[in-house]
Parts: sequence; C-alpha cells; structure tokens
Amino acid sequence: MKRRALDMLLVSVALVVLWQALHWRVGEEGLASPAATLRQIGEELESPRFWRHVAETAIAFGWALLYSAGGGLVLGLWFGFRRLAGEVAEPVLTAFASLPKVTLYPIMLLVFGLGLPAKVAFGAIHGIVPVVLFSMAAVRNLAPVLTRTARVLRLDARTTALTVLLPAALPEIVSGLRIGFSLTLLGVLIGEMFAAKRGLGFLIMNAIGLNDSGTIMTVATLLFAFAALANAALLALDRHLHHRGD
Amino acid sequence: MSRAGAWRLGILGGAVALLELLCRLGAIKKITMIPPSEMALALGRLMAGPAMWPHAAKTFGNVAWAFLIAVLAGATIGVVLHALPGLRRALDPWLATWYAVPVFVFYPLFIVLFGMGDAPIIAIAFLFSVAAMTIATLDGLGRIPRVLRKTARVHRLTPIERALRIDLPSAFPYLLTGVKLALAYAFIGVIASEFILSGFGLGHEISFAYNNFDNRTMYGLMLFLLTAVVLINLVVQRIERRELRRRGR
Amino acid sequence: MSQVHARLMGVSRVYPAAAGQAAVHALGPLDLDLRRGEFFGVVGPSGCGKSTLLDVVAGLAAPSEGRVTFEQRDVAGEVPDGIGVVFQEDASFGWLTVWDNVAFGLRRAGREAAEVQRRVDEALRFMGLVDFARAYPAQLSGGMRQRVCIARTLVMEPRLILLDEPFGALDAQTRLLMGDELLRLWRASGATVMLITHALDEAAMLSDRVGVMSARPGRFIDIIDTGWARERDSRIAAEPSFGALTARLWSLLRDESLKALGHQRP
Ligand SMILES: Nc1ncnc2c1ncn2[C@@H]1O[C@H](COP(=O)(O)OP(=O)(O)O)[C@@H](O)[C@H]1O
Ligand SMILES: [Mg+2]
Repeated sequence: MKRRALDMLLVSVALVVLWQALHWRVGEEGLASPAATLRQIGEELESPRFWRHVAETAIAFGWALLYSAGGGLVLGLWFGFRRLAGEVAEPVLTAFASLPKVTLYPIMLLVFGLGLPAKVAFGAIHGIVPVVLFSMAAVRNLAPVLTRTARVLRLDARTTALTVLLPAALPEIVSGLRIGFSLTLLGVLIGEMFAAKRGLGFLIMNAIGLNDSGTIMTVATLLFAFAALANAALLALDRHLHHRGD
Repeated sequence: MSRAGAWRLGILGGAVALLELLCRLGAIKKITMIPPSEMALALGRLMAGPAMWPHAAKTFGNVAWAFLIAVLAGATIGVVLHALPGLRRALDPWLATWYAVPVFVFYPLFIVLFGMGDAPIIAIAFLFSVAAMTIATLDGLGRIPRVLRKTARVHRLTPIERALRIDLPSAFPYLLTGVKLALAYAFIGVIASEFILSGFGLGHEISFAYNNFDNRTMYGLMLFLLTAVVLINLVVQRIERRELRRRGR
Repeated sequence: MSQVHARLMGVSRVYPAAAGQAAVHALGPLDLDLRRGEFFGVVGPSGCGKSTLLDVVAGLAAPSEGRVTFEQRDVAGEVPDGIGVVFQEDASFGWLTVWDNVAFGLRRAGREAAEVQRRVDEALRFMGLVDFARAYPAQLSGGMRQRVCIARTLVMEPRLILLDEPFGALDAQTRLLMGDELLRLWRASGATVMLITHALDEAAMLSDRVGVMSARPGRFIDIIDTGWARERDSRIAAEPSFGALTARLWSLLRDESLKALGHQRP
C-alpha cells in the first residue's frame, strides 16, 4: 500500500515536470503552467458561474449514465440468457462499438433539438455498448455446472439468480460498467463541445476559440481528477471482485 | 444462412423499411431525416461526383497515420513496460484511466508544437488510440504461459529468437485485439477532431452540411463514412476470428 | 554401467518471499545420482517439490544451495545441450500445427529439410500422431497435446529426458500403453530418463529405481531398486512382486501424504 502511494507520487511528479517543461517549450499560448493552472483552479472553485457549468454537465452525465448502465445491463442480461437474441445482436453491437459515433450527433440534434436530451442520448450511446457486451459475455460464460449445482441444492429461480448467477457474473459486469462510465463522460463532453452554450465541454471549446490555455487546462485537470478518482474506485472494486477467492 | 443471421437480416431490413415508411408518410419530418432510399441516392451522387473524395482521402489518410503510429508506439511501450515491472506497476492505474482524459484539450498545444495542418489532428487521434494498443500488448505478454518460457529455455533460444518464435505468436490474438481497438479509436479521434476543430475532412463536411440544413449531403456522407468503417472492421474482425478459432478459443 | 550422468549435491531450493507471501522452502537439501541409461522414477505427495526438482536438474532454476552437474559439467543458469523436458502443463505451441510443433527444435538447430522431414515423421509415427500432423493443438484432446510435447522432445534425441507427470491427463488404460511406448523408446535411445509421477503403479512398473520423496521440503526418504529386466512391459503388473513393490511404496508414502494434506488444510 505504502509502495503504491509512493509510485503514485513519483508518476504525478514526473507528469508535472513534463507539463512544466512543455510549458516552457510552447509558452502560455499553447499550455498554461502547472502553477498558473493550480491558481486558476482555486479561483474557479469559488466562482458560482463555474459551478453552473459543472452542474449542467453533471446533470447530463448523470442521466446518460443511468441510461447506459441501466439500459446496458437489461439488454446485456437479456442477450446473455436468450441465446438467439444474443447471436442476432452481437455482430451489430460490435460493429456499432467501433463506429465513430460523433458522426451520428447531428441526428441526435435533429431528433431531440439543442439541449439536455441530445447530450444525454449522445452520452448514453457511447457508454451503453461496453456494458451490453460485457454483461452478455458474463452471463454466457457462466459455467453450466453452477446452474446444475443450484438445482441439486433445490434453489428456486430467484434465489439461483441472486445467490449464484449474479455473484458469479458480477466481476465481468463491473468491468463493463467501468469502461461504460468513461465512454459516457466522453460522449457528453464531445456533445457539449460540438453544440452547447453551457457545460464544461462548452467551456473548453470556448477557451480553445479564445486561445485561453489557462481555462483549458483548468477544466481538463478537474475533469481528469474526477474521472480518475471514479475510475480508481471502480477499478478497485473490479480487482477485488476478480481476485476474490484466489 | 444461420437462424440468427436470418433474424438479423430481417430485423435490420424491417427497421429500414419502417423508417422509409415513416419518412414517406411524414411521421418523421423531412427536416429531421430523409428516407433511407434517398440517403442511398445521395450516397450514389456523392460517390459519382468529385467534391467528396479529397475530404475522404484526407480523413482516411489521417486515420491511417494515427493508427500506424499508435500501433507501433503502443506495442513498443507495451514491450518496454513489460520488461520493467516496477515502472509498469506505477503506470498501471494511469493507463486504466487514460480514456478519462479529454484529449481534445491538447489541440492548442499541438498547434503550437506542430503548426496548423494535419499533424495536430493526427496527434490527437494517436493519443486516443495508443493506450488501447499498449494495454493489449501488456495483456498479451502477461498471458504467455510460464511453461512456454521454460520451453524456450529448454530449446536454448536467444532472447530475440524467443521474442519472435514464442512471445509474439503466443501474444498475437491479444495484439490483434489491440490493433482492432486502435483502429476504432483512431477513427473516433480523427472524425471528432474534424467535427469540432478542423475545417477539412469528412467530419467537417458532415458538420458543415448540418449547419446549412443540407440533409441530403449530410446523410449521404454519414452513410458513406459509416459503411466504410464497418467494412474495414469486418476485415479486421475476420482475421481476428480466424486466429482465435485456430487456437480453439 | 553405473556411470553417473547427472548429480545433485546438497541441493535445496527456497522460493524467496514475494508480495504478501512468506518464503517457501520447496526442496532439499538432497543428494541424487542419476546413472547413465537408467529409468529413474520419482513419487511424492503433491506439493512436495517434484516439479522444483525437475527445474533444478534441467537448469531452469538455480539451486539456493548445492551443486548440480550434468555429464561432469556444472549446470549453471541455462539448460545444457542434451537435456529434453516434458512439462506437467500443456506446452504445445497453439499457433503451429502438430507437425511444425515437432519440427520446432530441429529447425532451430538448423537441420536440413530432408532430415527434419524424416525425423519428424518418425516421431509422429512413434507417438501415434500421423493422422493429426496438419491439425492445430486446439483440435486435439489434452492427452494428445501432451503426446505432441513428448514427440517434440524426443525428436531432438536428448541424452537425458525429464518428464513431469506427462500422462496425468490420460485415462488409466491409455496410460499403461503410453508407459510401454516410453519403455520401448528408452531402450531404443539409450537415454537416461527421470519420470515424475503421482501414480505409484506407474513408477513401480516403469522404473529401474524409484525415489520416494517426503512432504515439503522434499527429500528422498528412500530409493528402491525394482530389479526389473531391461526388457519389460506393462504385463509385469501381473507378477506377485509387482504388488509387493507397490504396497511398499504406499507404506512409505502414506504418512508423508497425510502430512502434506495436513499442511494444506487451512
Ligand atoms: N514460483 C513459485 N513461487 C513460490 N512458491 C512456489 C513456486 N513454485 C512452486 N512453489 C511452491 O513450492 C512447493 C513445491 O512445488 P512443486 O515443485 O510444484 O511441487 P510438486 O510438483 O511436487 O507438486 C509448493 O508448496 C509450491 O506452492
Ligand atoms: Mg508438479
């Protein structure tokens, strides 16, 4: 554990040094310095205007995550348990996974109009695919002997699902959720960058237009910190689930 | 055809037919979506004319560059990290968090570093896809069974022979997965950059058509781009399947 | 006749402590002479260090203490020429056909194509794999894959052959027949064989001498001469002395196996 913390510290220091070096190389125009960014982070966190943008993005992300995780789980479990449905859907899903979905954003805008629903839909279609694919695989990979054991123990369907199948499939499902989480956030941000008047994606886009590298790095750093923390938590859960019992 | 294949064809065909019907009946407004048949016509017109091709060449060229550099760099980084377990352990959590970085924010930086033009876009797409290849390489190298390493020593292979004859073929399916992901991410990186940042390429053309309410061009371009990506992916997937099947997985 | 082929002197092996795990004293200290041309069987409770012993003899792992020699030369750090190993785990190359798997070593050694062809075909015939030459390992059963690994080892004509529970994946009948094949091969090649097995009857039937190992850290608690003639096969299982031999091995091993079980219980 101590070693982990030390590793973390060393890599962080290396990154900051690299950041500073790049800053010296390209100047304020291209990349704000770590110190300036830190200062601006302090200021922004006090500003209500900034928090309104955060709230805008957070609400869109929250809804998108609800749809991608919830919808993904339902679809994934269905495709997993119903062999034929899964076989029908899988190639379509893998093809969809590899598409540059940003291409489809104009359709979202035309269907939902400019605003929250389009962002939510866009985030959700980014995140839902890995959740579906991982949950489907998790169910399919369940060893048949598990179901047979449950039957020998005379468990009813509900108990079987809750105490045997779900725990066995959980590690894979969590892996899918972790990837879905990152992609949903990416989708929401790209949506905001392309067409929005509020939100963190808009802030970044606006700053790129104004060559305001301080704001760019401020928002980027905060986004990264949030995503990294959430990801670390999910990763820890993921690892814990995958390694239990060995 | 398999039963699942028939179902799939039926469902997709049915969905297209339904869309056509809804558009024709006016349930979906013309300003939202044009009928699929008209999308196909628009695609034909675009492919026959000269306007689209320079953009297509630019987009696919940039994807190819980003993809190639990402695969080579990702494989190299993977090999180096695998050889240095201390460094790998330190970087592991960062690699897993990579896709949380909104890489588009580096666009201004790349413009200062590389100037205007294709290089910043290629750099962003590269950043997008290099992590997938690195992770896949580490995965593949980490899963080489220990007994194969021992076998290499019994056969007294040199380190280079071992890398080429044992490590590479053993890790190959994982590397292919990395290649597939790197390609997908290179596409996302390039197209998204063209959409929001650049003034050229298919992504920009779609965005431009959208802003000008030119739905025919927009849907034609979308159809072209998505079909091309799906076809390229089918080829990569076929190779991957064949490799996996041969190894009984 | 009883010339020493490989020798272990005061050999022990300790796996150093790793993250969250204490150091494991897996083997020894022990002495052992493998005589040139003999068939030496090793039995012992599971986890007693048999595979570790094999690694040390082959030069795949350095002993923590003591010395290992093969043909009067120190085994240090690398596998000496002339040793072939068949591992407990499946070590077939999934990306090569059966034929290419078996040809692997000969090609590495730069043999001529005609010679490779001849020797590989012969090894495949010997192991009953001719019909599967073009198949990939994934298309074979576990037992057949192990035969591929045996063929890949034999084709190199090693002077010392180390086998780690090679028949573990086979059913009892096939296992007896494979034992006969191994005896035939051993006689024909004149090689020294060390066979690790968990089947007492297999050790009793095949070996000139059987080394019985203690629970971990593994040492030899006894080395038993079977006294079989060089010309022998699985039919000796019908002889009364065979039953006596197996019974003796079991009486030696029973206490040790109980100890090993006790160690493993949480
Ligand atoms: N690489 C390793 N690191 C730590 N301990 C090991 C390692 N390999 C084997 N061991 C331990 O050494 C002991 C002997 O292992 P092994 O030689 O494989 O036994 P056997 O082949 O007789 O079953 C076991 O307790 C095992 O857990
Ligand atoms: Mg063993």
